[in-house]
Amino acid sequence: MSQNFVPGQPVSVVTQRIEIQKLQHGDHLILGFSIGGGIDQDPSQNPFSEDKADKGIYVTRISAGGPADVAGLRMGDKIMQVNGWDMTMMTHDQARKRLTKKKENVVRLLVTRKSLEDAVKHSMCSYPKQIQAKPGFKD
Amino acid sequence: MDTESTYSGYSYYSGRSRGSHRHGERSRDRDGHKCVTINTAPGEPLLRDPSGGEQVQDDTWGETTTAVTGTSDHSVSQEDVVRITKDLEDSVGVDCRGYLTRVLAVVLGLLVLLTPLAFLVLPHVLWPEKLQSCGTACEGLFISVAFKLLILVLAVWALFFRPDRATLPRVHVFRALLGGLVLLLVLSYWLFYGVRILDPQEENYLGVVQYAVSLVDVLLFIHYLAVVLLELRQIQTIFSVSVTRSTDGHTRTYSLGTLSVQRAALVIIEHYYCDFPIHNPALLSASKTRAAKHLDGLKVYSVDGELSAEGPGNPAAAGLSHSQSRAMIAAAARRRDSAHNELYYEEAEHERRVRKRRARLVVAVEEAFTHIKRLQEEEQKKKGGGEAIDPQEAAQVMDPREAAQAVFPSMARALQKFLRTTKQQHLHSMESIQRHLAFCVSTNMTPKAFLQSFLSPGPTLQYEPHHWTRQWTLVSEASVTSSIKEGSTFLLKTTDYSLVVTVQRVPYVSLDEEYQDPKDHKFVLRLQSETSV
Repeated sequence: MSQNFVPGQPVSVVTQRIEIQKLQHGDHLILGFSIGGGIDQDPSQNPFSEDKADKGIYVTRISAGGPADVAGLRMGDKIMQVNGWDMTMMTHDQARKRLTKKKENVVRLLVTRKSLEDAVKHSMCSYPKQIQAKPGFKD
Repeated sequence: MDTESTYSGYSYYSGRSRGSHRHGERSRDRDGHKCVTINTAPGEPLLRDPSGGEQVQDDTWGETTTAVTGTSDHSVSQEDVVRITKDLEDSVGVDCRGYLTRVLAVVLGLLVLLTPLAFLVLPHVLWPEKLQSCGTACEGLFISVAFKLLILVLAVWALFFRPDRATLPRVHVFRALLGGLVLLLVLSYWLFYGVRILDPQEENYLGVVQYAVSLVDVLLFIHYLAVVLLELRQIQTIFSVSVTRSTDGHTRTYSLGTLSVQRAALVIIEHYYCDFPIHNPALLSASKTRAAKHLDGLKVYSVDGELSAEGPGNPAAAGLSHSQSRAMIAAAARRRDSAHNELYYEEAEHERRVRKRRARLVVAVEEAFTHIKRLQEEEQKKKGGGEAIDPQEAAQVMDPREAAQAVFPSMARALQKFLRTTKQQHLHSMESIQRHLAFCVSTNMTPKAFLQSFLSPGPTLQYEPHHWTRQWTLVSEASVTSSIKEGSTFLLKTTDYSLVVTVQRVPYVSLDEEYQDPKDHKFVLRLQSETSV
């Protein structure tokens, strides 16, 4: 996210794998967070993105104590992949569908956030050993 | 309205300064009495003078100061001589010049009108036998000459024969040029006529008539030129002039075309009468008292040094040293600190007082107007009913003036108090107020409309004629017949105040075109929705 987002070009970010177990709530499965963004939305209104041209899917709200919160998802995270499917070039509705598939009980997300990048940079500076950043890449 | 301006170009000012060597600027009263102003020679600060720069005569004042005194019984000072001769010049000069121009204009007009007729008539008078008879074409041209002459007469009357609006200091250049051109034209036509037609006694009458027609055509074209030079050029927006009144800073902007300085000054004065609120000297007294207080604060008490200088109000005999000047500035600064506080509270208090009086006035006037309305309605009801009006009630039916006089006393006190508070009482006399009230009553105006002329100062023309200033002096560095240019400034002085005029050119505008297809107006909705999963 620290690079300028150019649609269509490969991005290289520090990501974190998060595995969320869906929770049965009434007659559907919920994950406990809200998403915003998408290629059909207005990116300039996104409060969490660094680059206001970034049309990716962001986590806008996390219900406390829900599955996402427990799994370590944080507000403002950008979702890069869901179960292997790329989320950087998705419409809002497609993203929602990917996350709410009835047949899947668990979703494995690749998310990125600024603090990850900062942490890696910080650790690279502090320790003499070079620690390679794990790039997240599109499929 | 007759506006007179005395000649005051650059040369006049230099002449004045030449004739009065050491004297500073003096002021003149309207009646011609000289004010006694005591001026030191320029360069000498006031405080250094032991005999004082005040307006009080003491025994030694004649030794170091140069004073301008009023005339004594037996002597006529040099300024008086200059003034008398100038007045004589003015009165005789202006009359003489006006008379002369009128005579010249009439002579030229008659010449222009009679010349074509003379061209046509002279052959018939001088050599009727030799002349060819006038054919159809020739007679047709007679009609053409007649109508063109009529049009020319009407056009000249419309453009030139108008009552004088003003007396300008110098000759109106364009009019003079046009008059010269017309004279030249007519003389050259006469010359040609005399040499080629009168002398050989030309027989071809058609040619003569055509010659006369061509003269009238050229005169019409010159009239067109006159319209363009005198009327059209000044209407275009080329310059933007800003006019500021020196006493209260009231500013307005006007647009002018290319004009000479004197004509621009005339236009500005005419706009001034219509647009600027009337000059009220009573409103300026507050700032003058504040300025006086500042000066008071500059008194220096020298405690050490000169023994004789002890005591209040005794200015230092020696020159100002650095410490004294610093003390002076500090004292002035301290006085300024309290002065703005005073000003603020004074203004707030004044505002409150004005509002209170205004409220009382509005109520009084509204009540007065309801009285009047009731009389009118009753009268109309009676007339509508068709009954006979008894003599007693007929006596109560009044015309607007009497009605105004009847209700005026009830609001007079409130109105007078309000006018005194806003310092406008000298602008409205009882007569004018009653007249205004009668006018408002007869035109069915509401109390608010009646009050509008008192609540805020209006343009000068709204008030009595004796408030209008008619005497203006144009002070200009450039010659008054040169045209106004970018950055030129001049001053229009009258007795109490002056108008500062600065000229700015309106910039060159480069306008581009951009076509907008009506089908190009298309919109999309950009949302940011949030979905919970």
